Amino acid sequence: MAGSGNSEVKLLGAWASPYVARARIALNLKEVQYEFLEEQFGTKSELLLKSNPIYKKIPVLIHDDKPICESLIIVQYIDEVWVSSGPALMPADAYDRALHRFWAVYIDDKFVPSLFGMMRAPTEEAKAESKEQALASLQLLEEAFGKISKGKPFFGGDTIGYLDVALGAFVGWMKAFEEMNGFKLLDDAKTPLLCAWAENFCNNEVVGAVIPETAKLVELAKVMQARFKSAPPAN
Amino acid sequence: MADKEVRLFGMWASPFTKRVEWALKLKGIEYEYVNESIPFSKSEELLRLNPVTKKIPVLVHNGKPLAESLVIIEYIDETWKEGYSIMPKDPYDLAQARFWAKFADDKGTMSLLHVFSKEGEVQQKAVEEAREVFKTLEQALEGKKFFGGDCINYLDLAIGWYAFWLPIIEETVNVSMVDDANAPLLKAWFGRFLEVDVIKSILPPRDKTSEMSKIRRNQLLSNMP
Repeated sequence: MAGSGNSEVKLLGAWASPYVARARIALNLKEVQYEFLEEQFGTKSELLLKSNPIYKKIPVLIHDDKPICESLIIVQYIDEVWVSSGPALMPADAYDRALHRFWAVYIDDKFVPSLFGMMRAPTEEAKAESKEQALASLQLLEEAFGKISKGKPFFGGDTIGYLDVALGAFVGWMKAFEEMNGFKLLDDAKTPLLCAWAENFCNNEVVGAVIPETAKLVELAKVMQARFKSAPPAN
Repeated sequence: MADKEVRLFGMWASPFTKRVEWALKLKGIEYEYVNESIPFSKSEELLRLNPVTKKIPVLVHNGKPLAESLVIIEYIDETWKEGYSIMPKDPYDLAQARFWAKFADDKGTMSLLHVFSKEGEVQQKAVEEAREVFKTLEQALEGKKFFGGDCINYLDLAIGWYAFWLPIIEETVNVSMVDDANAPLLKAWFGRFLEVDVIKSILPPRDKTSEMSKIRRNQLLSNMP
């Protein structure tokens, strides 16, 4: 049965990637031993190109030589394979599972692009638009949290679940953007539930080990912004 | 009993609504179909049930709404456990199926949008990209009859809309995106998929869909500067 101590698990990733963080948090929560193979910023290893020829992106989970790509798909795979260690990431009820999946799609489609849109925006106008979209998304997620958590600390209830991982992996970058831009994304006045949630999430031991320090992300963001600005304009 | 009350909000020509209907039919689930007059208007009820994305399809089961067609299909398979098995059982196969469905939606739909709404060089580039996407999708077939093997599964349902809608788009725009030259295996699968009883039985009328496609194309082109 899968999940034996002899199975080989590797994760191709990078310390700063929130998508990789999703996979790492899930592996840690499920107490899976794995080898973390760090990609160098700006290059793609042979193994990455071979394991993910379609997108050529991290994270890639390699389990017994079989690659699994796309962070949310990886998280579900981890939950389904390592069933007997750690708490279940997906809720027990099918409707709750569907809600977790719906909001995870929403996060990737609407929230994340607006979050990084603030960094990549070529004009002040575009930046303001991204900021508005990011704040609006968080407002909707705040409401969703109220309904889904049912008074408990996480989207998953008493323990961290799939949707917590999906959103929580971005908390490091959210804090970095708050610092760089001088405004709050998570605000005690507007999103009090998510503020408390973020704190609970980051206080978790396995999460704390994965989310990078805000200062390091800010430094990286400045490097990336400089590179982006000096790059030739996209056609 | 899982079957209490099932309602589906959709639009007759919407491929993503069709996906969900195919899943419901495979399971033999009775449902009430509510047609929305998209793109002209959206009912108050739809906006109340899906205030977040305001899109169809929306499945309502026992009063609880769900949106996102692929999420809905997984829900249907998990809730109505007896009957047709839609999702792969093995976690690796499941991961692969989800990956290809996402690839087809992300890359395929994006290219098609440009093919359908643009002209000239921009359109030509999109056609080339679309041809690549469909050629790539053949990898997931692996020489099988269907993506699911001998019988259709989640991935066939996820990609299947192309079998009906792509030829119509090709006709409307006068381009070829899946043909014997770039994707013969996929083309053959298109034919087999459309012959499956459950699939065939609820396809929208081709002439009406074709007509709507032409009208939509003209609308999009006339909005160009």
